[in-house]
Amino acid sequence: MIVQNMMQKNVVTIHANETIGAALKLMLEKDVRNLPVTDEAGHLLGLVTDREVKDASPSIFHQNEHVEDFEKPVSTIMKSAVFTAHPFDIAEELSQIFYEENISCIPVLDENRLVGLVTERDMLHAFIQLTGTHQPGSHLEIAVPNQAGQLAKVASVLKDFHLNISSVLVYPSLNENEKIIVFRVGTMNPLPVIEHLIEYGYEVKWPPIPGENHEK
Amino acid sequence: MKNDAVFVYSPDLLNYKFNDNHPFNQLRVQLAYELLKDSGCLHEDQIVLPRKATDDEIMLIHDKGYVDAVQKAGDGKLSKEIALNYGLGTEDTPIFTNMHEASSWVVGATLTAVDWVMEGKAKHALSLSGGLHHGFRGKASGFCIYNDSSIAIEYMKQKYKARVLYVDTDAHHGDGVQWAFYDDPDVCTLSIHETGRYLFPGTGSIHEKGAGKGYGYSFNVPVDAFTEDESFLECYEKSLWEVADFFKPDVIITQNGVDAHYYDPLTHLSVTMKTYTEIPKIAKKVAEKYCEGRWIATGGGGYDIWRVVPRAWAYLWCVMNNHVPTGQIAENWLSRWDQEAKHPLPRTWEDESGIYKPIPRKEEITSKNRATLEKSLFSIRKSS
Repeated sequence: MIVQNMMQKNVVTIHANETIGAALKLMLEKDVRNLPVTDEAGHLLGLVTDREVKDASPSIFHQNEHVEDFEKPVSTIMKSAVFTAHPFDIAEELSQIFYEENISCIPVLDENRLVGLVTERDMLHAFIQLTGTHQPGSHLEIAVPNQAGQLAKVASVLKDFHLNISSVLVYPSLNENEKIIVFRVGTMNPLPVIEHLIEYGYEVKWPPIPGENHEK
Repeated sequence: MKNDAVFVYSPDLLNYKFNDNHPFNQLRVQLAYELLKDSGCLHEDQIVLPRKATDDEIMLIHDKGYVDAVQKAGDGKLSKEIALNYGLGTEDTPIFTNMHEASSWVVGATLTAVDWVMEGKAKHALSLSGGLHHGFRGKASGFCIYNDSSIAIEYMKQKYKARVLYVDTDAHHGDGVQWAFYDDPDVCTLSIHETGRYLFPGTGSIHEKGAGKGYGYSFNVPVDAFTEDESFLECYEKSLWEVADFFKPDVIITQNGVDAHYYDPLTHLSVTMKTYTEIPKIAKKVAEKYCEGRWIATGGGGYDIWRVVPRAWAYLWCVMNNHVPTGQIAENWLSRWDQEAKHPLPRTWEDESGIYKPIPRKEEITSKNRATLEKSLFSIRKSS
C-alpha cells in the first residue's frame, strides 16, 4: 500500500502567525491532535502537536496566570525539524518511522507542498486493511517448513477449493525450522480445505478439526 | 381466542437448498417439525402457512440491483463475474435454480410470524427456516441470501412503529443485522457468539457499539473457543436482562442458531442441550416482562442436523408452550431417520454427560468471558 492511499487528504492546518490560543481552539473544534504549520503557498514550515500546546499552557491549578502566553504566535512553539513522507512511499516504511522515532504523525509533502497527513491511527487502519479483518472470513493458521515455495503450495490447495483469500501473513515461528502462514479466506466453511491440508501433511494450527478440545 | 404460540411451516420452505454437499441443509427444519409431531408437541391448529415475501418487502433492506441479480442468477442468466460481485456463486452461497423464490418464501415465513405476533393473534411465533443473519444489503454472505431477520425488523418498525430488540445466540456474529441497524437507536442488537479472532465472519468485538444516533445500541459478547454451558448461559442471561432493561423493547426477535453445540462441525464452542433449553426460557421471561409476551423466534445456523438441530429447535417450540420434553425420543421418529442419519441419533432429549473430554482451560475461559461481558455492558452499567 502506498502512502497516497492511506493518508488523510483534507488536513487541518494553521498559519505560522496565528496564536497559540487559536491553535488550541482549532484542535478542540476539529478534534485533531496535530496541526501542520504552513505558509500562504502551502509549504510546510513546522508542526504543532497537542504536546507543544500543553507545554505552553498554564497548569490547570493556575489557569488564570500568564494567559498572555496564548497570544504568542505558533511559530514560537512549533517543531521545525519534522519527519515527512512522499505520496509514493510505502506503508511498511512509515510504520518503521513511527516505531523508531516515537512520533504521532507524519506530514506528506509533494514538491514541498503539504498534500496529506498520516497519523498513528491511519497507520493502524492500513494494517487492519492489510490483515483483511474488515471483510467477512475465516482465519486459518498453517505451519510449514521454513523453505522456499511453501506459500505457493498451500495457496494452490486453497485455489482448488475456490477460496478467495482476503489476506496472507507469514509469521516467524518459535521453531526456526518452520514458519506460520495465516490466511483470511472468504468462507464460513473451511473444513474441506483443512482436511485436505492435513492429508497433504501440513500442520493446521487453527482451527482444530471437530472433536478436538485442545489447542495445539 | 389468542394462541399462545404459532408454528410457521410449509414444505415450500425446504426449497432453500444450495446443493447436496452444502453444510446448510433445511432438511433440519423438517426433522424438527416431524420430531415435534411425533412427540405430540405440535398440533395442526398451531401450524400456520407462510406467505411469499414481495420484492418490495425484500427491498426494505436489500438494494434493487442485488435483488435483480439474485433473480437472474436463479434463472441461470447472470454472468459469473457479476455474480461474484454480489457474493453469489461462491462456495458459501452457490447459485441454485429459483433461488429468489426459495429465499422469498423464507422471508415471507418470518414476516408471517411477525404479523401473527404484532396483530395480537399470538403471543409468540416461530419461523425455523429463517434467521439468515449474514445477508448484507447488496451481498450474499455466509450461506445467507436475503436477511429475513433484518427485513422483519424494518417491517416491524415501519408497519407497527415498534422498538425492536434483536437477540442472536448463533455461534457466528450476527453481522448482517448489526450493520443494517448500526446507526438506528430504535433497534437494539445483542449478539453472543464465538470470538471472531478465528471464526467467520471475524467481527462482533465488544467495541462495535453502534454509530451516530445508534451509538450504544449494538452489543456484542464474543466468548472464547471451548466455552461450555455455564459460562455461555451466564453471558447470555446477564446480557439479555440488562440490555432489555436498558432498551425497553416493544418486541423481541431472537435468532436461534444452534451451532454453538459441541457437536457442530463449523465452530469451536462446547455447549450442550442444556443451553438450548435455557435460551428460550429466558427469552420468554424477558418478553413477558417487557413486551407483553411479544416474541418472534427464528432458526439460524446449525450444521449437525442429526444430533443437535432437531432436538434444540423442538425445545424452542416446547418452551414457547410452557413445556420441556425429557427422557426418551419418540420411537417412530428414530426409526424413520435412523438409516439416513450420518451419526447415530441420540435416544434421549438430554445429552449424555461426558460427550466431550473435560476442557483443561475451563477456569481461564470462564474468567475471560466474565471480563468480556463486563466490558460489553459497561456503557449501560455505568449509568445505573
